[in-house]
Amino acid sequence: MKVSIRKLVTMTDEVRLEMGQVISPPSRRSAAVAVIRNPYAGRFSPNLDELVEIGEELGALLGQRCVAALRVQPSDVQSYGKAAMVGEAGELEHAAAILHPKLGAPLRKAVERGAALVPSSKKMGGPGQSLDVPLGSKDAAFVRSHFDGITVQLNDAPHADEILVAVAVALGGRPNARVGGLSYEDVEGKDGLR
Amino acid sequence: MTEIVVLRKKAIFVEEIFHEGGPRAKVPLRRAAALAVIKNPFAGRYVEDIAFFMEDLKPLGLELATDIINSLGGDAKVVEGYGKGAIVGSAGELEHGALWHVPGGYSMRELLPLSNAIVPSTKKIGGPGTRLDIPVTHCNASYVRSHFDAMEVGLNDAPKADEIMLALVMTTGPRIHARVGGLKASEVKGEDGLR
Repeated sequence: MKVSIRKLVTMTDEVRLEMGQVISPPSRRSAAVAVIRNPYAGRFSPNLDELVEIGEELGALLGQRCVAALRVQPSDVQSYGKAAMVGEAGELEHAAAILHPKLGAPLRKAVERGAALVPSSKKMGGPGQSLDVPLGSKDAAFVRSHFDGITVQLNDAPHADEILVAVAVALGGRPNARVGGLSYEDVEGKDGLR
Repeated sequence: MTEIVVLRKKAIFVEEIFHEGGPRAKVPLRRAAALAVIKNPFAGRYVEDIAFFMEDLKPLGLELATDIINSLGGDAKVVEGYGKGAIVGSAGELEHGALWHVPGGYSMRELLPLSNAIVPSTKKIGGPGTRLDIPVTHCNASYVRSHFDAMEVGLNDAPKADEIMLALVMTTGPRIHARVGGLKASEVKGEDGLR
């Protein structure tokens, strides 16, 4: 692997009750986070190929970790998302190099398939800052019940020369979702949108 | 007296630490935490008799301890350190967090084979997003210096004013670059929970 990882973190959450309503089955989500060395920290490089390759490696690793943490089959996953927070000696474009060119294909494989765009966010930050990873349906971006987000936060990362990379998945939509729009059951799943 | 434990959500965190600027460890250190967000049955008023709730919390303690062990692969023998903590929402009092001492500690010591040491703990009043640094020590001998550690936990949406966030933490070894001497894990006598 090209990537140099200092630590890996997985988290799962499970909502059983929301505003007095029993959520059955419980809403379950997970996130996997890698804290990696930024090979371009402290210098401008016109070419960011190393981060592009790292993104490909992390799409597989973090996608698989998300599924494993929930103890489910890849096909059970309905939503996904990704995000990165770049330490202060890097630049926002480093997050883009990890997230956008190559991370998506191996992530889709880790959750069996995914026709929809993987929603993403990115920012610069330091140790202890929180990063909100957006979530959306993996089959059709317009599924309104599945628009969601999960917060990841590590007190000791990212250092100046590091990048925190996160992938998140969910087994369903928001608890008590009730604002209409395309439902997961009605997805055609052809164009990634509807 | 008895109260039903109303559980809103659970969360499990697992950290796997390979290095911290020094040599890469052959076996990474793992830290895991399980969190439960429950309704505080005593929120918003002063209740004198609260101690009975410790008994009601015991099944939840066992559930969280089991969740952590499962998240570490299912073998309790890999666990070498532990700790516990609670954040009480703002309509409660610190004493409500103290209800976690017995069920939180009991559950981990019930499941971990060598656990003579007191379970270190911390607690505070807080709101959604409040972070808690949970102290960690060796499970069988509190003085093992390499295993003094801590894990920060928190949830952006908890605890609400009328909730309590309960947490348990387990670790699988010493700090990743432990090198400040003291009693070693290999030297533990394991008789008094201290050395």
